[in-house]
Amino acid sequence: MEKALKGWCVVPGQCQGEVVVTSQPISFWGGVDPKTGCINDPRHELFGQSISGKVLAFPFGKGSSTTSLIILELVRVDKAPAAIVNIRTEPILATGPIVSKHFYGKEIPVLTLDEEAFRLLKTGQHAVVNATGGELIIADWSRSRIGRASVENAPQKPKL
Amino acid sequence: MRLTEEEQKILGGKYGEALRISLSILIDLGELFGAEGMMEVSQAHIDSSVYMVDAGLEFAERLADLGGRVAVPTSLNISAIDLQRWKEYRVPAELLDKSRRMERAYLKMGATPTWTCAPYQQGLIPRFGEQVAWGESNAIAFVNSIIGARTNRYGDLMDICAAIVGRVPRFGLHLTENRKAEVLIRLKNITHEILEDKAIYPLVGFLMGEMAGDRIAAIEGISENVRVDSLKGLSAAAASSGAVGLFHVVGVTPEAQTLEMCLQDRRPKEVLEITPKMIRHAEERLWTAKGETADLVAIGCPHFSFMEFRELAKLMEGKKVHSSVAFWVFTSRTTYGWIKNCGILKDLTESGVMVFTDGCALQYPHETWRFTVMMVNSAKLANYCYSQTGLEVAYGSLEECVDTAVHGKICRRDLPWRKR
Repeated sequence: MEKALKGWCVVPGQCQGEVVVTSQPISFWGGVDPKTGCINDPRHELFGQSISGKVLAFPFGKGSSTTSLIILELVRVDKAPAAIVNIRTEPILATGPIVSKHFYGKEIPVLTLDEEAFRLLKTGQHAVVNATGGELIIADWSRSRIGRASVENAPQKPKL
Repeated sequence: MRLTEEEQKILGGKYGEALRISLSILIDLGELFGAEGMMEVSQAHIDSSVYMVDAGLEFAERLADLGGRVAVPTSLNISAIDLQRWKEYRVPAELLDKSRRMERAYLKMGATPTWTCAPYQQGLIPRFGEQVAWGESNAIAFVNSIIGARTNRYGDLMDICAAIVGRVPRFGLHLTENRKAEVLIRLKNITHEILEDKAIYPLVGFLMGEMAGDRIAAIEGISENVRVDSLKGLSAAAASSGAVGLFHVVGVTPEAQTLEMCLQDRRPKEVLEITPKMIRHAEERLWTAKGETADLVAIGCPHFSFMEFRELAKLMEGKKVHSSVAFWVFTSRTTYGWIKNCGILKDLTESGVMVFTDGCALQYPHETWRFTVMMVNSAKLANYCYSQTGLEVAYGSLEECVDTAVHGKICRRDLPWRKR
């Protein structure tokens, strides 16, 4: 059974992929390694986990204005998330996907959900994102709900 | 979005590809945030000019080659290296080459070679209420909050687009109604004695950023005589722990002469407190150094001001940096000129301190310097230290940084919030 979540389009586009969700904000600069697409902030709960090709869900961005540049570089080296899902998207975060579209012709759909819908996302779910239509479908809803969703690439222990 | 005839001509390619691409990107941003149209800005500050990844270099060179030129006075944030003392800074050939290419591209586009992350302390400083387009999170927070000029948090790449067009979408922090405080943060049991130590301000900022997230905070309890360098440290820390583009300091910053003023006569959505215990805890969370030594002491995040140099010179008087430690200060070319003129540079150099311009402690050439533990007096630097440099970090006051550099082991003083 699937579950459709209604949201709002931030940057248009469509894709599907595995959900990686966190309740903590992310700064891409100082938070994501632009070479590998892995979270490299040791204070972050996703530390060590890859976000490449994932439907990356976090409440909102934070920190450095270089975030947009890191997103563009992730696109250039094919390590970008497949889509971004937020509760609120701020200008710095939106800039990466916008410039990517105009400069490299590549899309990273960005969608916002309200808090209630956002909470239904669980790491390991399979999501079909239609940012253009403001919709995210959790394809394996019945399975993921009873907690059988697999979590690949589980975070490694911080090195510190 | 409603576009003017001129803007439509730009989009039609009448004035070239660089302007067309830049405006298209700005319009996409405006559409997202529901802007009704574009508005003029009087100046820009560019964060994208640091060489960090190839995408940024490709973007800059393409815009410059396509004939992109800035339409308004434009300052530059840091470079990845010290563009003048790159030899002493042990810059590898590839990084030097790419930083030089970045420099050429931005100077070709007409930017001013300010190369500083504290552009609000000298150079192209906007006035209160002025509409600008700034990048660099610490500078954005400072210019909005402390000066009261108006910019959104423009990310890298968007900043140069805004400079080329000289316009931005009309939304967000450019508009009065979006500048009101939503969260009120009160300092509780943080006495004047505690506030006299400058090392507290970055920690207060770090906590404020975490509490505010992407909301606008008003903070109450800071003295009207707070020094501008303390506000600089507070602002930088807040913009690293939260998505802070604007905050108000009641009785200090121009849009917060009173609490009611920055709340725009509404009630805060939330009221929170910062206590001495939280300050102590924040310091503990930032501290990742496991041992008792540090081999790099780095200060000047954001770039050291002339006043800070005077303090440092006084603290270093008659002392020498320990042979096991590198003591680095990062500053702007302008401030460097001043300290050279008045003799401070000579004194510091003789005592073993190395002063670099243009660059940033987070971007130093890691492979040619093999450090393991960094000591800093900036909560922003401490916050990003591990992910950017892989180094463990210790946090302390300027005095503690000097003690550490001189004695070759991490020194701590009895700072008031550390008393239990």
